[in-house]
Amino acid sequence: MEKREVNKSIVIGTIGSDCHMIGAWVLQKAFKDAGFTVAFLGAVVPQQEFINAAIEIDADAILVSSMFGMGLLDCEGLRDKCIEAGIKDIILYVGGTVAAPLELEKNWPEVERRFTAMGFNRAFPNTCTADEAVQALKADLGID
Amino acid sequence: MSTYLLVDFGSTYTKVTAVDLEKEIILGRAQTPTTVGTDITIGLNDALTDLAASSGVDPEKVDGKYASSSAAGGLKMAAIGLVPELTLEAARRACLGAGAKVVCAYGFEIDEEIVREIESAACDIVLLCGGTDGGDKKVIIHNAGMLAASNIRCPILVAGNRVTTGRVRETLEQGGKQVYTTKNVLPNLETVEVEPAQALIRDIFIAHITKAKGLDKAAAFIGSPIVPTPKATLQAAALLANGAGDDPGIGSLVIVEVGGATTNIHSVADSSPATPQTVVRGLPELRIKRTVEGDLGIRYNAPTIYDLIGPDAFLSRLRAIVPEADGRECDARRHIDYLSRNVGHVPSTDVGLNVDIVLAEAAVSTAVRRHAGTLRQEFSVVGEIMVQHGKNLLSVENMIGTGGIFRYGLQPERILRSALFNPETPWSLKPQAPKAYIDRDYMLYGIGLLAEAFPAAALRIARKYLKAASL
Repeated sequence: MEKREVNKSIVIGTIGSDCHMIGAWVLQKAFKDAGFTVAFLGAVVPQQEFINAAIEIDADAILVSSMFGMGLLDCEGLRDKCIEAGIKDIILYVGGTVAAPLELEKNWPEVERRFTAMGFNRAFPNTCTADEAVQALKADLGID
Repeated sequence: MSTYLLVDFGSTYTKVTAVDLEKEIILGRAQTPTTVGTDITIGLNDALTDLAASSGVDPEKVDGKYASSSAAGGLKMAAIGLVPELTLEAARRACLGAGAKVVCAYGFEIDEEIVREIESAACDIVLLCGGTDGGDKKVIIHNAGMLAASNIRCPILVAGNRVTTGRVRETLEQGGKQVYTTKNVLPNLETVEVEPAQALIRDIFIAHITKAKGLDKAAAFIGSPIVPTPKATLQAAALLANGAGDDPGIGSLVIVEVGGATTNIHSVADSSPATPQTVVRGLPELRIKRTVEGDLGIRYNAPTIYDLIGPDAFLSRLRAIVPEADGRECDARRHIDYLSRNVGHVPSTDVGLNVDIVLAEAAVSTAVRRHAGTLRQEFSVVGEIMVQHGKNLLSVENMIGTGGIFRYGLQPERILRSALFNPETPWSLKPQAPKAYIDRDYMLYGIGLLAEAFPAAALRIARKYLKAASL
């Protein structure tokens, strides 16, 4: 199989019935500043819209923000849908208050493991900075 | 008089029912062993002779005939998709709703070993799906290549990513396969569209499978296409629930059908979240849904059910109904094995009849649990929330029992009761308080056969003959 060329384009949004948008907004700005094309979908974004946008802009990655503690639930099945939609190798990140706050601190390794098991390449706790996210994606894409 | 003959070629028995559509009454019924191994019309003629003797209906002088069949293994299909929870699930639903038994199902790329499995499963149709429209192309094209190179002789129905259909057809035809193509069963990730595939499955069944299963002589006598039996029952379910003309029908329902080899569950109901706070996951549920449990039948699969219950629980359940069954422990296994070898056995003793009840209760309870959705708890910032997978049957208004045991068996209500919601397993979304009916005349398949041509009369006959029961 031919290797896909890096397009430096990503999709960012807040998933599910979550309307917290600031984190995703800060993130999209950081990625734009770093030279990425960003489809910023805002808040309350269904899984399907992330995938539709990723197909349209030929995205390298989908970055999912989740702030109200139900990230595990909202992200379930996203990788499966990507496979069906023909973008099985796309990079999936999730970040924010992705599980109930108490559990997040206490059980981070377990929370991270559950996201990895669901097919996410990386999960970031709410303490991660925008720049760390940019550096992580650059590393995963193998660019500067 | 306006007499119609309704025939079902079952795996064990050929049943005939005669109805008068003007008076809207059942004139009579008869059943004899199915003779698909030799000539299916032998058994049919026996049944018709019996019918003529008991009810005076002359088969030569009827106004019309309809038939369904599950003889010679019924309609056996293989389902191939991409992601098991997505296109493969949609493919399975398309098969089941068409009245087929899904004998094998595979997701992702199939390999040589899987191709061998499909070859030896002797399917009647292979349904090839994969990818949403405009979605993944590679897997369905790979799978088409594998099927093209195989020894599979049955027709292949393609209902995958629209973009690939031409290429998939070409690949399969180059391999000498008989190919049918239709719309994608999952055109996008939020829409399951099984009707076009099901219509084509019906056409293929009529065009090829009727003949291949030795049903062509019967079809010539009947004079109209033979449909798979589960499809007939599903049509009856839809007619009863949705109504016809001015008759609004009886509302949402579940039909429990216990057979010798399988247990079928049919539901016609809109699925809603179990509580307003419930989050629903998975593919959207279809209003008309059928599931079939190939491991749950009270004859061929009596040993499977016995093992599922466990010998101790089986005996204690049996003793709870017939205390005098004491001291017969050693015979239980032998009796169960006897049933699986003598699949036409109709019990006459107290113990025999009650063994059937215990088997049927377990089959129904398990089959409805597998048909119904589930609830599980998750924790979030806002407290606990409930997550629902599958179809919520909690508020279904009606439940109907059909199949041999509901005709000859003791305590049919008891069997139906095992389909109800159980407070000990509150996560299983079974019906809570439906009105119950027993198909004492074993006529539901016939109602389904009449549903297309005479919906209003068929519905009134069903209402008249379904026996209300209290659970």
